[in-house]
Amino acid sequence: MNEKLRLRFSKTGRAVWISHLDLMQTMQRAFSRAGLALKYSEGYNPHPQISIALPLSVGAASRCELMDFRLREDAELSTLPERLTAALPEGIEVLAAYEAERKCAEIKWLELEGRFEYDGREPAALLEPLRVFFARESIIITRKTKRGVGESDIRPAIRSIDFTAGEGLVALHAFVSAQEPTLNPEQLAEALRQLAPELAPDFAAFTRLEIYDKDMIVFR
Amino acid sequence: MDKRLERILPRVQKPARYTGGEYNQIIKDKSKVELRVAFCFPDTYEIGMSNLGMSILYHTMNSLDFVWCERVFAPWGDMYAEMKRAGIPLYALESGDPTSDFDALAFSVGYEMAYTTVLDMLDMSGLPLRSADRPDLLPVVMAGGTAAVNAEPMAPFIDLFFLGEGEELDNELLCLLREAKRGGWSKHEFLVRAAQIGGVYVPSLYDISYNEDGTVAAITPKDGAPARVTKRIVEDLDASPFPTNPIVPSTEVIHDRVSLELFRGCVRGCRFCQAGYVYRPIRSKKPETLIRQGIETLKNTGYQDVTLLSLSTSDYRQLPGLCDGLLEYCEPRSIGLSLPSLRADNFSMDIMERLQKVRKSGLTFAVEGGSQRLRDAINKNVTQEDLLNTCRIAFEGGWNSVKLYYMLGLPTETDEDIRGIAEMANEVLHCWRLYAKNKNRGVKITISTSCFIPKPHSPFQWEPQVTIEEYLRRVNLLRSSITAKNVTYNWHDAETSLIEAVLSRGDRRIADAIELVWRRGGRLDAWTDYFSFERWMQAFADTGVDPAFYAQRERPVDELLPWDMIDVGVRKAHLIKEREKCYRSELSPDCRHQCAACGAARLLKEIRCDE
Repeated sequence: MNEKLRLRFSKTGRAVWISHLDLMQTMQRAFSRAGLALKYSEGYNPHPQISIALPLSVGAASRCELMDFRLREDAELSTLPERLTAALPEGIEVLAAYEAERKCAEIKWLELEGRFEYDGREPAALLEPLRVFFARESIIITRKTKRGVGESDIRPAIRSIDFTAGEGLVALHAFVSAQEPTLNPEQLAEALRQLAPELAPDFAAFTRLEIYDKDMIVFR
Repeated sequence: MDKRLERILPRVQKPARYTGGEYNQIIKDKSKVELRVAFCFPDTYEIGMSNLGMSILYHTMNSLDFVWCERVFAPWGDMYAEMKRAGIPLYALESGDPTSDFDALAFSVGYEMAYTTVLDMLDMSGLPLRSADRPDLLPVVMAGGTAAVNAEPMAPFIDLFFLGEGEELDNELLCLLREAKRGGWSKHEFLVRAAQIGGVYVPSLYDISYNEDGTVAAITPKDGAPARVTKRIVEDLDASPFPTNPIVPSTEVIHDRVSLELFRGCVRGCRFCQAGYVYRPIRSKKPETLIRQGIETLKNTGYQDVTLLSLSTSDYRQLPGLCDGLLEYCEPRSIGLSLPSLRADNFSMDIMERLQKVRKSGLTFAVEGGSQRLRDAINKNVTQEDLLNTCRIAFEGGWNSVKLYYMLGLPTETDEDIRGIAEMANEVLHCWRLYAKNKNRGVKITISTSCFIPKPHSPFQWEPQVTIEEYLRRVNLLRSSITAKNVTYNWHDAETSLIEAVLSRGDRRIADAIELVWRRGGRLDAWTDYFSFERWMQAFADTGVDPAFYAQRERPVDELLPWDMIDVGVRKAHLIKEREKCYRSELSPDCRHQCAACGAARLLKEIRCDE
């Protein structure tokens, strides 16, 4: 079996604290526990050929993660979600397994929801100022990178964003650029901290909902 | 998840170690169990999750359906500060519930430097540190592990200690605790009954009096507690519960692999080695059991590595057969097999070749002493010839890195012995020049020394430790004796060793100092990041403890030792005999050549030692 296969899985609950690197290891072990032999690379130090698209930040949840892999032997793909989910830690659920047809480089947009928590404030009163803030023509934030401090405009990476009020929080729903450029949702809160501290939440958390290509067609 | 926790996790390093939820964790319905046990490991998640004893006892305790045992580890400094700031108490990983909700806190204490962390975990649970200040039955605070062979420094804090192996003992105690909880017993009532269970030491049932010179005058049991508490052992390791479905951490830990325990005890009797005496008698697992458990565990965990554990792997009689059996499964699946604790004397080409099939790692030898005379004195039965033969095989086989471990400050050590360490490194280097297959890659020889710490229940339990100044003099002597540039020398600092020496042979009176160190911020003292020598010395000074009295004083053999109420099996007369042989640089044959009748075999009822 030589085709490139793809898993779609969710990562929620306690599993959101598993880092990208640890997730690779966890996945590898889960395959082994499920009795599925991953195909290894050739060479001096063979390692399983797996890759996870769009690494997720520690603390962020997702219902649309993708992982590409190859198997050493044929397996009934329809049984994989159940077998793998049973072999994975709490919070990681495999939703589908199929042959990968499109390249992950074609992923462009990410749909996400977020929670801006405000302690002791009236969320409804913040909706309009938040909308106004993200409607700016440019949102330039400074970022610490390995090479030093840089500035970047995150506004072009936000396709749309909207807010609704909940109890003690503002819920956001947005479409942002997944790659080229990559917008880390955490930057949405960071922009507020830097440019509109009066709107900065006391805590922010995000969940990836769906991924799309450049034409806004769901990517699988 | 606790909202407060969710807010602090993004700010700490490696948050996955604080969340639980790992594969194979045991979740029960808390409304349906009668006892909740917080199994506390007084060190970080990465260390605790690497501990086989923790894994075994987690499963044996959870095998009782009226018990839910959960794991608790000490948070690293960043998490500790965040938890304090957010007002989050210590909590158990499985349920996330605070440890103060539990019926028992059971600590696994493997080393003395964890003592301050035990206190810290009690405090983070909102509990008074001292047993006497916790009048209620629940939660009962228990502790076991190797450090319990001298429980005295922690005696005022812990309600009861487990001595020896916990597989059977822990569950017996939990049955009694259930009865106590159901019957509404007082704490005292429970402890008096618990003291009747073999292997349970209840420090509050022993009065200790002291002589004017500071030595122990008498140990007086009361309320029917036994004069001596004998440690517990499991006789049949093949039948003993072993979890083949251990928890698989979702983040990297120290030993992230399948661990198989070949045998308990050691046939060698190195005189400095506490483990070699306190884990007797020798009991092995059958290779069939190990292969079966190994394969099952690999299947259940998905691990890519197996390691064989014991005090001396090469002394496992069926080692070649075991390796073959495991490799048959491991090789086609690219699973690595590693064998730590091999001896330099019978490390065979055969075993090395087997291992080479899968993976090659560096070689490490615990040589301990720099001359044959000293090695004979400490009964470390390794000759220079053995070591060089092994190195020759290794170099011919393509290895190019050798680590040699020694202790400085061993009884009878002379400057001559220390210079011998450097000479041996030169011999190893010479051996590499003669036999190395590929000299282009160079060779790396590393010498490491640590400062000898006399330990309770070993033949050196009466020995003085050298002072820090003397250790450093010996370090410098060795440094100046090493001339070859391929030889690296690392030495451990002696400050930790001094504190460890005080704690390991201390009595109840040093508890005040431990508490004071904790009050001044001491925790995770096994980590150089947190250990403060000054804090310990100041606490000793402020509580009237003279560290030299405990660490550097030679104790007469007729002195009543603080841990004399604890019986680990080996008789004191045997320890005295071994110590005398040390002074004559006389070897003792290993147990297989000639049983020395050390006394440990009397703990066995069904089987014979090393059968």
